[in-house]
Amino acid sequence: MIKKIYFQSIFFSFFFIKEAFTAESGGMPQLNPEFWVSQIFWLILTFGIMYLVLSKLILPKISNNLESRKSQILENIEAAEKQREDSDAKLKEYDEIISKSKLKGNSIFNQAREKALKDIGAKREVLDKQIDNEIAEAEKEIDALRKNAPDKINKIAIETSSELLQKLIGAQVNNSSISAIVDDLSRRNGDKYYGN
Amino acid sequence: MAANPMSQFDVYRIGPEIKVGAFDISFTNASLFMILSTVSILLVFNIGSKKNSILPNKIQLLAELSYTFVSKMISDTAGSKAKPYFAFIFSLFMFVLFCNMFGMIPYTFTVTSHIIVTFVLAAFIFIGVTVIGFIKHGFGYLKLFVPSGVPAVLLPLIVVIEIISYLSRPISLSVRLFANMMAGHTMMKVFGGFVISLGIVGGWLPLSFSVALTGLEILVAFLQAYVFAILTCIYLNDALNLHH
Repeated sequence: MIKKIYFQSIFFSFFFIKEAFTAESGGMPQLNPEFWVSQIFWLILTFGIMYLVLSKLILPKISNNLESRKSQILENIEAAEKQREDSDAKLKEYDEIISKSKLKGNSIFNQAREKALKDIGAKREVLDKQIDNEIAEAEKEIDALRKNAPDKINKIAIETSSELLQKLIGAQVNNSSISAIVDDLSRRNGDKYYGN
Repeated sequence: MAANPMSQFDVYRIGPEIKVGAFDISFTNASLFMILSTVSILLVFNIGSKKNSILPNKIQLLAELSYTFVSKMISDTAGSKAKPYFAFIFSLFMFVLFCNMFGMIPYTFTVTSHIIVTFVLAAFIFIGVTVIGFIKHGFGYLKLFVPSGVPAVLLPLIVVIEIISYLSRPISLSVRLFANMMAGHTMMKVFGGFVISLGIVGGWLPLSFSVALTGLEILVAFLQAYVFAILTCIYLNDALNLHH
C-alpha cells in the first residue's frame, strides 16, 4: 500500500514538474543578446586586468621564488658536499697523524728497549769481567796456596823429623839428608795427599 | 527561485543602466562573478607569491603547484617556444577554472555557461594564434592546410577539410565549454527540482543523484578548464612549430 502511494506520487510529480517547466521556459537565456555587449565588455575588462597583474607582478614573483628555492637547495647541497669532503680530508689527516704517532711510539719503544738491552748487556759484561777477575784472582791464590803447600809441608816435615831425630837419637842430623828422604816420600805419596 | 532549470542562466542588471553610445554595458550578475573570480585569483596568487620560504605554506604551495602545472602543460604540448605566452594561458586556465568553480556554489552564476563569454575567449585565441602563425611563418603558415604525404588526387578535398576544421576551432572550443557548463548545471537544477517536488518520500533518490552530480560537476569544472587551456596550447603549437 505504502509502496503504491510512493510510486504514484513519483509518477504524478513528473507530470507536475513537466507542466511547471513548460509553463515558464522561455528558451535559453544565453541566446538572448540583451546583455552580450555588457558581458563582452566586462570580460575584456576583468580578464585584461587580471592578465596584466598576473603577468607583470605575480607570475614573475612566483617564478623568482621557484628559481631562488632551486638555487638555494642546490647551493645547500653543494655546501654539504664540500663539508663532507672537508671532513673526509680531516679524517684522513687524523688517521695519518694517528698512524704516524703509532709508528713513532713503536720506534721510541724499540729504541728504549734496545738501549735497555744494551745497558743490561754492558753491565752484565762488566759484572762478568769483575767476577772473572775475582775468580781468576781466587784461583791464583788457591794455586799459589796449593803450590806452596807441599813445600811448606815438606819444610815442616823436615824440621819436625830433624827435631824428632835429635830428641830420639840426640844427635845432629844433616838437614839435607832428611830433606832428600822427605822429598822422596812426598813424591811417592804426593798423589795420595793432594789429589793431582 | 523559479522551477525553470534555465532561469539560473538569466543575466540581470545590478544597479543602474550604463550606456556607452548605443551599447549597454551595465553591471550585471555576470560582471559580478567575473570580478569575483579575478579578484579571488589575484588574491590567492598574490598571497601565494608574497613570502618566499624554503618550506612553502599551503597557499604558497598551491600557487607554486599551479604555476608548475601550467608551465609543464605548455612545455609538453607547445614546446619551449611557447614560453612568452605562458602568462596568457595561465590567466586563461585560472579564469575558466575559477569561473567554473564559482558556479558550483549554490545560487551563484556561472560565467562560462554563456556562449558569448566562451566565444569571445575562443575567438580571441583563434585570432591570436592565426596572427602569431602568420607572423612566424608568413604565407608559409598556409602549409598547415596542406598535410605532407597526401596523394595529389586527394589534396583538394583534404585542403577543404583542413580549412573547415581550422575555422571551426573557435566554435568547437567555445561550445565545448559552454555546453558542458550549461548541461551540468541544468541537470543539477532538474534533479534539485525533483527533490522538492517528490518531497520527503521520493526525494531521496534524486537527492543522491544530485550529490553524485555535484562531484561529477566539480570534476567537469576542472576538466573543462584544463581542456580549454590545453587546446589553446595545441593551437599555439600549430602556429609556433609548423610541421603538419
